Amino acid sequence: MRKRSWGFIVGGMLVALLLAGVVSNYASAHPDGLDSSLRAGCTFDADDEITGGSCPAQQEKEHEIGGPLADYGIAGLDNDFLSTGLSGVLGVLLTFAVAGGAFWLVRRRGSAEAPDAAGSRDAAQPSTAATGQG
Amino acid sequence: METLAMHISNGIINGPVAAIFAVIALAAMAFCVMRGRQDLDDRLAPMAGLVAAFIFAVQMLNFPIFTAGVSGHLLGGALAAMLVGPWVGALCVAVVLVVQALVFGDGGVAMLGLNITNMAVIGIAAAYLLIALLLRVLPRTTTGLAVTAFVAALVSVVVAALGFVVQYQLGGTTDLGGNLAGLAGTMAVSHLFIGIGEGLITATTVVTVAKVRPDLVYALRALKPAAPASVPAVGGVR
Repeated sequence: MRKRSWGFIVGGMLVALLLAGVVSNYASAHPDGLDSSLRAGCTFDADDEITGGSCPAQQEKEHEIGGPLADYGIAGLDNDFLSTGLSGVLGVLLTFAVAGGAFWLVRRRGSAEAPDAAGSRDAAQPSTAATGQG
Repeated sequence: METLAMHISNGIINGPVAAIFAVIALAAMAFCVMRGRQDLDDRLAPMAGLVAAFIFAVQMLNFPIFTAGVSGHLLGGALAAMLVGPWVGALCVAVVLVVQALVFGDGGVAMLGLNITNMAVIGIAAAYLLIALLLRVLPRTTTGLAVTAFVAALVSVVVAALGFVVQYQLGGTTDLGGNLAGLAGTMAVSHLFIGIGEGLITATTVVTVAKVRPDLVYALRALKPAAPASVPAVGGVR
């Protein structure tokens, strides 16, 4: 059973990697709902610079960090397809590592198993489904 | 090259309001860690890692919406609430937002509290309230599950968008000349359409997981139909 769970995790991660690594290149480049709402009232040139009008987006300030992966690309990599795809793959792996690692650290230990002698956890596995929690 | 900002950028909301929401978000996440630990066992922990990674991936997939020139992307609150529960789900969305802000330059670091409050707190709360309600009243079928996921996702996106409107009212940096209604209108309408996309993605994903591994869908485990042995029938007279 535990083996099958890990199979599901691996399968799900492959789907996520495919979406972030490949499909992401076919995403719409239009501003999203929030961004477009903040741009309402301004006019923009071809480089996406504000040319006139008045809108909340004018107040936008630089990001504090930026960094080599800023804006879902890899700094210095000229191939857009690779740049977006690789940054997506790195993001998926990093998010899984951070979230999965943190959740693993704070998880409830020794759940449902009888408080036996240490080391017998695997032997006590089969009956857990039937008993549930108190 | 166009910049891909998906979340609130620096400068949009003033510092004091951003700081207040940072405190709110921090308190909410601390509470989620406390409550989420009850749910987090050896099986849920890796699943929650996968849910966070999956949300990161799908957030990159901006889809065009009906309004010309505007796109939308998954927020992921309803999906997370459905698959790993509201407490752990909120933490999943928050981790995604933190990674995006710190590593991908998306959403100001100073604005993290605002973004977390909208998407991880308000969005998840709206989603899970609807999930808990709908799973109880709708038939326990694939259709019932799909409708639950769709409606919870759609509503959660619109509510999260309105969370931003409230924040803008409190600390927006541009004087809209009393025209907050205009901002509220564009946010609500665009996110209504985005919510349809969110609903379709959420329903498809949840139904797929439920077909493959129903035991991995938190909402199906936690919100079981009333157990006949212990709970009297609804409307039954003693």
